[in-house]
Amino acid sequence: MNKQKPTEPTTKSHYYWQGFRAGAPFILVVAPFGLLFGVVATEAGMDIVQTMAMTVLVIAGAAQFAAVQLLVENAPVYVAILTGLAVNMRMAMYSASMAPHIGSTAGWKRIIAAYFLVDQSYAASIRQYEDVPEMKPSEKLAFFFGTISPICFPWYLFTYIGVKVGAAIPPEYALDFAVPITFIALVAPSLRSLPHLAAAFVSVAVSLSLAWLPYNLWLMIAAVLAMMTGAYIEKHTVITA
Amino acid sequence: MNDESVWIVIITLGIGTYLIRYSFLGILGGRQLPEWLLRHLRYVPVAVLPGLIAPLVVWPTATGGSPDPARLAAAGVALLIGAWFRSTLGAIFGGMAALYLVQYYWI
Repeated sequence: MNKQKPTEPTTKSHYYWQGFRAGAPFILVVAPFGLLFGVVATEAGMDIVQTMAMTVLVIAGAAQFAAVQLLVENAPVYVAILTGLAVNMRMAMYSASMAPHIGSTAGWKRIIAAYFLVDQSYAASIRQYEDVPEMKPSEKLAFFFGTISPICFPWYLFTYIGVKVGAAIPPEYALDFAVPITFIALVAPSLRSLPHLAAAFVSVAVSLSLAWLPYNLWLMIAAVLAMMTGAYIEKHTVITA
Repeated sequence: MNDESVWIVIITLGIGTYLIRYSFLGILGGRQLPEWLLRHLRYVPVAVLPGLIAPLVVWPTATGGSPDPARLAAAGVALLIGAWFRSTLGAIFGGMAALYLVQYYWI
């Protein structure tokens, strides 16, 4: 007699594919962004091994662009490194924000998950965790691994294509703007309460007014002030039925 | 730029970025965080992502940093569709459609 498969893997694969679908729209960001990085790094004089090594090891578009730009300008090596790290400091906040959700899973799983904690996988996963808080940590992790599949692997692939194709993408396509549009599209649905709205407003206002600060300092200040705004309003708002 | 400095940047930035990502996830593990901290962490997405993209919307690199009606319209449309219909894909396609339409008709 055939035994029924244990339900556990089925459930996890269900969450994996749910995550996959949540991450899928980000192919629209990752493809042009990766392509662009391949083109830019090649034009900057990096060979294909260096370009792919950077894309795989750093796996953070904005920091990669910043570091390459500084190398082209012959900035000191430590400036390129520190700028890249400053651009990526926001990921410490993602890491802290993910800890309550998947922090209780096995250590080796977190070692792998941390590598894939990019803007897009974070944004897609945290929205799911907020919408369905009753998910178990293992299900949340399966969902997270689902989101990274259509995000991180195309990132490598399209960087490679960018190096190979080489030719500049026609500027009329305005593919640079796929990045902001996709993040707006992901955040807009969570602007559902006063604290969320206020936090987003403070984030935009502070980042625009402090944009002259170097090393993405403006982003860290904007993020911290915006978090404090959201938390403060949440605490002091009397919820009226 | 020389090969050696490129490799130093790639490896150091790679390791450093990984440690940033691992930081809290690795150290905190499943320990319960205090309520005030959780309350702040709930706002990480809306605190970081709008600030990250706002300068790209207002001062796009592609236009040399000057505000562009097509990109502003695209951002506005994406924001409205996303907030109103709670649809991510709708907002992406609506936003890009607005971008191309305004770009095409704006002389």
